[in-house]
Amino acid sequence: MNKWPVFCLALSAFLVPTAGAAGQDVQAGQILYDKWCAGCHGFDGAGDGYAADYMLPRPRDFTLGIYQIRTTSNGSLPTDEDLVHVIDKGMPGTAMPGWEAKFSSSQINDVAAYIKTFSPFFEREGAPDPLEFGRQPRREGIAEGREFFEQIECFKCHGDAGRGDGPSAPTLQDDLDFPIRAADLTENWNFNGGGSVEDIYRRLRTGMDGSPMPSFSDLIDAQFMTEEQLWHVAQYVHSLSPEEGPTISDVIVARRFEGDLPASPNDSLWNQAEAFYIPMVGQIIADERWFAPSVDGLWVSAAHNDEQLALLIVWHDPSESPDPKWLEWQQSVAASMFPLLDSVGVTPLPDRLTVQFPTSIPTGRDRPYFLMGDARNPVYLWQWSSQGDVVPEATATGLGNVQPRRGESRTLASSAVWHQGEWRLQFGRSLATPDSEAELQFATGELIPIAFYAWDGSNGEQGSQRAVSSWYGIHLEQPTPPSVYLSPVIAMALTVGLGLLVVWRAQRREEG
Amino acid sequence: MLSFWDRRAEFVSLTLMAFIAACGGGGGGASGDSASGGSAEGTMAAVVDESTAATITGAVAFSGAPVEAKAIDMSEESVCADKYSMPPMTQRVVVNDNGTLRNVFIYVKEGLGDLTFPTPSEPVVLDQDGCRYHPHVFGVQVGQDITIKNSDGVLHNINSKPSENRGFNISQPVVMETTRSFRTPEIGIPLECDVHGWMQAYVSVVEHPYFAVTGEDGSFSLTPLPPGTYVIEAWHDVYGTATQEVTVGENEEAEIAFTFGDAAA
Repeated sequence: MNKWPVFCLALSAFLVPTAGAAGQDVQAGQILYDKWCAGCHGFDGAGDGYAADYMLPRPRDFTLGIYQIRTTSNGSLPTDEDLVHVIDKGMPGTAMPGWEAKFSSSQINDVAAYIKTFSPFFEREGAPDPLEFGRQPRREGIAEGREFFEQIECFKCHGDAGRGDGPSAPTLQDDLDFPIRAADLTENWNFNGGGSVEDIYRRLRTGMDGSPMPSFSDLIDAQFMTEEQLWHVAQYVHSLSPEEGPTISDVIVARRFEGDLPASPNDSLWNQAEAFYIPMVGQIIADERWFAPSVDGLWVSAAHNDEQLALLIVWHDPSESPDPKWLEWQQSVAASMFPLLDSVGVTPLPDRLTVQFPTSIPTGRDRPYFLMGDARNPVYLWQWSSQGDVVPEATATGLGNVQPRRGESRTLASSAVWHQGEWRLQFGRSLATPDSEAELQFATGELIPIAFYAWDGSNGEQGSQRAVSSWYGIHLEQPTPPSVYLSPVIAMALTVGLGLLVVWRAQRREEG
Repeated sequence: MLSFWDRRAEFVSLTLMAFIAACGGGGGGASGDSASGGSAEGTMAAVVDESTAATITGAVAFSGAPVEAKAIDMSEESVCADKYSMPPMTQRVVVNDNGTLRNVFIYVKEGLGDLTFPTPSEPVVLDQDGCRYHPHVFGVQVGQDITIKNSDGVLHNINSKPSENRGFNISQPVVMETTRSFRTPEIGIPLECDVHGWMQAYVSVVEHPYFAVTGEDGSFSLTPLPPGTYVIEAWHDVYGTATQEVTVGENEEAEIAFTFGDAAA
């Protein structure tokens, strides 16, 4: 009797379960899904979990079978690998985290298999074929990419500088009619499908189904452009972001200038001061909360000259609010987000920014409550509004308890410019002021607490509905004391002198 | 990739055509120009005996307060704005001078039984001109090509939002044509341009050539139908659907009327 067929059969029994879909356990996937995914995506997969109303963009509705991040052609289903990839890595720039650190790859495979059961399309259509993307051309063609960026009118949504401020940006909606931002192409760490040149090229080829982002593959089929030229567009888009994503430092160093400080937000003197990244999140501590902040980060530079302190705060905001063109967006966000407020969306709101300090430099480690202080520990504020409808200086003893400071002795000045989706705001104040009781007196060499609030009026943000930071520190560089330069010289002179002395005495002994 | 049903439909219609041809032709001859399905005329004769064919005609009335069209602000897109001497108006509710409603899609929803119809080889053309879709409402048969044309030469994206079909979202930044089709029957699939938020069109996909869209006089005509009892549905993007059952005998013409509008609800 030949034993080979039996052996082969036994072997194949081991091999089959590990091969692709056959190895996926839908039931195990459901258990994981119900525990970890349903809160946002809903138990029936319709993207309507109890957290969904607090998110923009909304969680994916799996019943539609429409997926943004794929390797398949526009309008097609994703491959299993595509689903696994998104679960692994998450969707940067959205509430979707990556799960690869929490679950094994077989668990994630199981979840992917379960997700597919929500849409009849997976059964009807069968497994899709991934596209051939080829490789990035060796020659980098950023300038050529820029030309095509203009020709294929990427700027219509993404803006000329790529900051998501194009003329069509205010009216963009996803497939479920929720407002959706055109991606800020200068922040590739927030790209939903990843920020590498390869990732960008794939999005250009496949489109991002369910969003306004179309596929550009037909332009290659129609011989309007080549694959290589589309790669160059991806290279150009990639070049709009810094090479490294932002890193967060606890301390903003205020560079000490000899003489004049930068006079305006666009003054080239600002190039001499380092910009520090401050991440921002929605204010979700107190009513009314805000879960869809527009500003997710600030770049802060600081400079002083022993008399004046200047702060430059730069952030991206696709709208120069108040702007009637964005009123529809404002209303649309207000109608989408919890809590629903009737007051939002009637008139265009301004953009605002506030810098927060304690009223005096703390002696210990205690700082006022980060959210506008409290009755015992007030905070001192620098306020700016794009409409000029705010008193520049104030103190506060909690959210909603702001006391404007008026009077002629005010020395705080501010100026701001908005250009192509970017605000540049400069504050300046003398280090010392007459009212040392309520107003912070800046001193060099100390670590002074500092925090920030930002409002995008066109996003319906006002009052407590704002973006907030936690406390950071600002350190004003001290003048270098003359001893720093003198001490090494004295030390060297002393060493040489002593050495000579030792030699001289030794020689005298020998002689003696 | 054809679904099972597509394959079956193809097979049945091919067999039917072969059978009729072998028997020395069916109705043949009279191919009037009244058929609403348009391009499937010649092949329809192979399926339906025109010597006994029936016709369903009618009109869609509008009742209620007149809906004022709004002017579309195209100032962001001068290429398109320059194509109009008067400000272009929204097309969602267009009431004709004779009180009828334009842009209503009328089709045979039930009653054709097992009859199957070949897919017309002629594409339906959807033109983007002056940052508007022409036509605003149209029908195609399952699998029939839709040639999407950009006559403006500025960026349009054509974002289809079906629920029974797979969608597409393609970009046309220059004067060009792209061809797409739908594989499953579905009424009122929105086609939208995200670049120009006011641009909307609706395509309905049916398995046969008996459909029409009301025009300037609000009327429609479905012919040549085999005698029988039919459910006719009218669909409008704002007012939804209404259906009527109607029976037509050999060589008969039946007239039905729909009414849409606030007061009709």
